[in-house]
Amino acid sequence: MLKIDGVSRSFGSVTALDDVSLQIEQGEFFALLGPSGCGKTTLLRIIAGFETPDSGRVSLDGEDLLSKAPNRRPISLMFQSYALFPHMTVAKNVAYGLERERLPRQEIKQRVGEVLETVGLSAHAGRKPAQLSGGQRQRVALARSIVKRPRLLLLDEPLSALDKKVRADMQLELKRLQHEVGITFVVVTHDQEEAMSLADRIAVFDTGQVRQVDAPVTLYERPSTPFVADFVGANNLFRGLATGLDALRSEDFGMLAGTPLEELAADTPALLAVRPERIELADENAVRGMAGTVVDVSFYGGVSHVSVDVPGHPKPVLAAVQGAGTVKPGAEVKVRWNAEDAVIMADPQ
Amino acid sequence: MKSEAKARPAPRVRGRRLGAFVFLSPGLTYLVVLLLVPLGLVLSYTVFQRGRFGGVVYEFTTENFTRLIDPLYLGVVGNSLRIAALTTLIALLIGYPTAYLIAQLPSRWKTLALVAVVLPFWTNFIIRVYAWIMLLSGPGLVNSALGKLGLGPYELLYHEGTIVTGLLYSYLPLMVLPLYSAIERLDPQLREASANLGASAFTTFRKVTLPLSVPGVLTGCLFVFVPSFGNFVIPEMLGGSKSTMVGNLIRDQFLKARDWPFGSTLALALIAVLVALLIVQAWAARRA
Repeated sequence: MLKIDGVSRSFGSVTALDDVSLQIEQGEFFALLGPSGCGKTTLLRIIAGFETPDSGRVSLDGEDLLSKAPNRRPISLMFQSYALFPHMTVAKNVAYGLERERLPRQEIKQRVGEVLETVGLSAHAGRKPAQLSGGQRQRVALARSIVKRPRLLLLDEPLSALDKKVRADMQLELKRLQHEVGITFVVVTHDQEEAMSLADRIAVFDTGQVRQVDAPVTLYERPSTPFVADFVGANNLFRGLATGLDALRSEDFGMLAGTPLEELAADTPALLAVRPERIELADENAVRGMAGTVVDVSFYGGVSHVSVDVPGHPKPVLAAVQGAGTVKPGAEVKVRWNAEDAVIMADPQ
Repeated sequence: MKSEAKARPAPRVRGRRLGAFVFLSPGLTYLVVLLLVPLGLVLSYTVFQRGRFGGVVYEFTTENFTRLIDPLYLGVVGNSLRIAALTTLIALLIGYPTAYLIAQLPSRWKTLALVAVVLPFWTNFIIRVYAWIMLLSGPGLVNSALGKLGLGPYELLYHEGTIVTGLLYSYLPLMVLPLYSAIERLDPQLREASANLGASAFTTFRKVTLPLSVPGVLTGCLFVFVPSFGNFVIPEMLGGSKSTMVGNLIRDQFLKARDWPFGSTLALALIAVLVALLIVQAWAARRA
């Protein structure tokens, strides 16, 4: 549906986007995830028409977008700051886009009423933005974006201005709304939990490049680049050389079990990543595993995080265990995992 | 113990009030001695009679006010209103696009442009008005240039238009600056949001930028109208003897006719008009 093809953009000596290509499908909830300054907002602004790429093509349903002025694109953008018109009431803000289409007054009134109903703000139609809470403003912005029934809705950090509780509610609401209206959503966020819980697919950005595009579960369990393995969720990373087998040869720890995601030639630099919840804490006398000392146990309610200092590894190895941990700081343990629970990927650096 | 704890805050509050009074007193003294007292005097003069050789004879009369509604004087007030209103309107028409363009400049150029706007204020006011006389007089620069083209000479000075030109030239920066600060403060994302919702650049200006800069428009208009309305230097120098504005009239009553009570009454009328305008402006700004 939305096709981004080889888009590059630099500001002076800073490269914001470096040959980015993406394909987003009809009805999809797609997330652009990355640390701040990774270029994701620039891409969003290019799609909306507020920024022009140095090279590359963007098309919507086969139709070239870049030659269209921003106000002629069938795309709505929900701004991070919401950008509500402060001098207009909620109803006027929402009606603004429809009035520009010169629709009959009766239809505008009806559609504004419907969309305010959908976002639960019918009672606030006559208020000015300054009289609303953050969550309510966010919903006005959302209503204003969807009332035009755009083919594509872009959301720039839609939930970042909200506190945690409201945020969780709004996440659910966004998802429900997306199913209801059937519009393709593209959301930009630096919050991986937000991306994971909302999106059907996620593109992970780093320094202007797309590092991986996958469904949240695949992204989490099968990160294909070192950046993604490190950025998405907590991970334990070990550097070494590929062996051509289901193992990584580490200088400090010998052979470490793991599954290569692709064919890796022996002796090429590689990275092994294993999630904390896949790590098993074994008795210090166990046959297999890396010996270490527990340095910290943090209880998070459902799970506890155990940090194990393994001599030779720069950071403590993190293990997640169910419930309250049974080990205490100072205990000698061995950490280990199964080959199928760890992934091995090429490490270009 | 308890009573001591209770008693303690009192001296501190008193001390703070004393401190505030000490810091405020220079300003208060200035305000009372140089503004409120003279204003009170002027107001009181309006109900007394003139002295034969200037000054005031303290005998009550309403004659000053009946004189005020004489068509001759009302005409002068009306004339001043018209000139000031015309000046304000033209200043707005020139000032708004100027301020709008400056607000769009990259920040380095913004500062430079603002300095250029304020620059004339660094030269003496009278000298700048004299410069206009040099430009517009019979053998002046404009006429000699026109003469080379085989035109003129024209009488460019001593029209109402000359007064408006002079006022405009003097007070345009007072229009540009508040407009600039109002426009510059607007979130550029509001304009992007408007475009995103399908509005053309012109609609965005009409529906978003202009309504949101109304407070700046009101301030700018007030800043230009007030000094224009009561001005007497520019009409005197550029307007000649034909057109008189209320400022000239007041000055003449005090210095030439030596009729202080009537001069005060005219001054009161001027202040009344301006206060009424201020109230309207405050009301409109609150609604915007």
